[in-house]
Amino acid sequence: MRVSVIMRRWIGALLVISGLAFGGAALAQYATVELAVKDKKFEPAELRAPANARVVIRITNRDAAAMEFESKALKVEKVIAANGEGIVRVGPLKPGRYEFFDDFNLTNSGVLVVE
Amino acid sequence: MLAALIIVFREVFEAGLIVGIVMAVTRAVPLRGLWISGGVLGGVLGACVVALFAGVISDMFAGSGQELFNAAILGLAVVMLTWHNVWMARHGRELAAEMRAAGEAVAAGKSSLFALAVVVGVAVLREGAEVVLFLYGILASESSGAGVFLGGLIGLFLGALTCALTYFGLLRIPGRYLFAATSLMIAFLAAGMASQAVAFLAQADVLTALGNIVWDTSWLLSDSSIVGRALHTLVGYSDRPSGMQLVVYMATLAATFILMKLFAPAPKAAHAV
Repeated sequence: MRVSVIMRRWIGALLVISGLAFGGAALAQYATVELAVKDKKFEPAELRAPANARVVIRITNRDAAAMEFESKALKVEKVIAANGEGIVRVGPLKPGRYEFFDDFNLTNSGVLVVE
Repeated sequence: MLAALIIVFREVFEAGLIVGIVMAVTRAVPLRGLWISGGVLGGVLGACVVALFAGVISDMFAGSGQELFNAAILGLAVVMLTWHNVWMARHGRELAAEMRAAGEAVAAGKSSLFALAVVVGVAVLREGAEVVLFLYGILASESSGAGVFLGGLIGLFLGALTCALTYFGLLRIPGRYLFAATSLMIAFLAAGMASQAVAFLAQADVLTALGNIVWDTSWLLSDSSIVGRALHTLVGYSDRPSGMQLVVYMATLAATFILMKLFAPAPKAAHAV
């Protein structure tokens, strides 16, 4: 009996928290930026995006090897298969420079300039 | 070759820590070698399948398939780890008594072994998929593929070494502290994985509340450094955690503690005279 009362309270709390969390989709504008990877280099190496908006980075991997798009500042990591595409959603972001790199090729890096 | 070695080692290192911990936790349970090997094998096979379908998985769910997949398997591992702790809280004492008496722990050990085998499988699959994709890409594109591939293999071997070092290091814990120590490690492992799952859900735009980064300790200890990565796996350290990550981390620890207390057997009645 003790267990079921406590469990009910926990489940109730979880439902409330989930409702709040999942309902938190922002109504900010969306901006899309294109990024390509060719010969293990980002093209372009510098991306631009507006501040306080959701940014969708569409990555096209034109190499025959998989790459991993990663950024500590943006808190994203994603593997893009060889000759494949992927999208990464970030934001809303404050103005600044956010660096990203290819975790499979650490010499390759770029920056997302937000202003 | 060195670059490949480092990249592969970094991925395998985290799985190595987890497998080493699971091996130490189950050290006295018979047949655990079979279960753990099964978990590793399952993880490797799963990694190959995931790597094969990486493009397909990625495109699912409006391009967030990879993030949701990672979050799902991490979530599975969290549930399995917590289940192990709860199970041990319930049966740990009987288990220890049984083992001392009969030197065996047959049915008792097995049910927790399945959960731990799943945890091992998940850890190997997560890191393994990236390793497979990386190595396959190298083979497919580089002319100097052989040297790089060799570097990758050495990285794999070093990861296995990490596992062995973790295992033998943990074995040094005296028996009487073993239960508490391993329960604690498993609880932190689960909390760390839950926090990682949250990061993936945020990336997938599914759980974006409390997304602001609460602190930045990358100047103190970056979670990309070796020590940082070890702490990242062992206790869930993140140099830039979001609010939701912290909430879920604490909630997982609290849930584990509460569940363990709830399911522990009632204290035995006072001794008969």
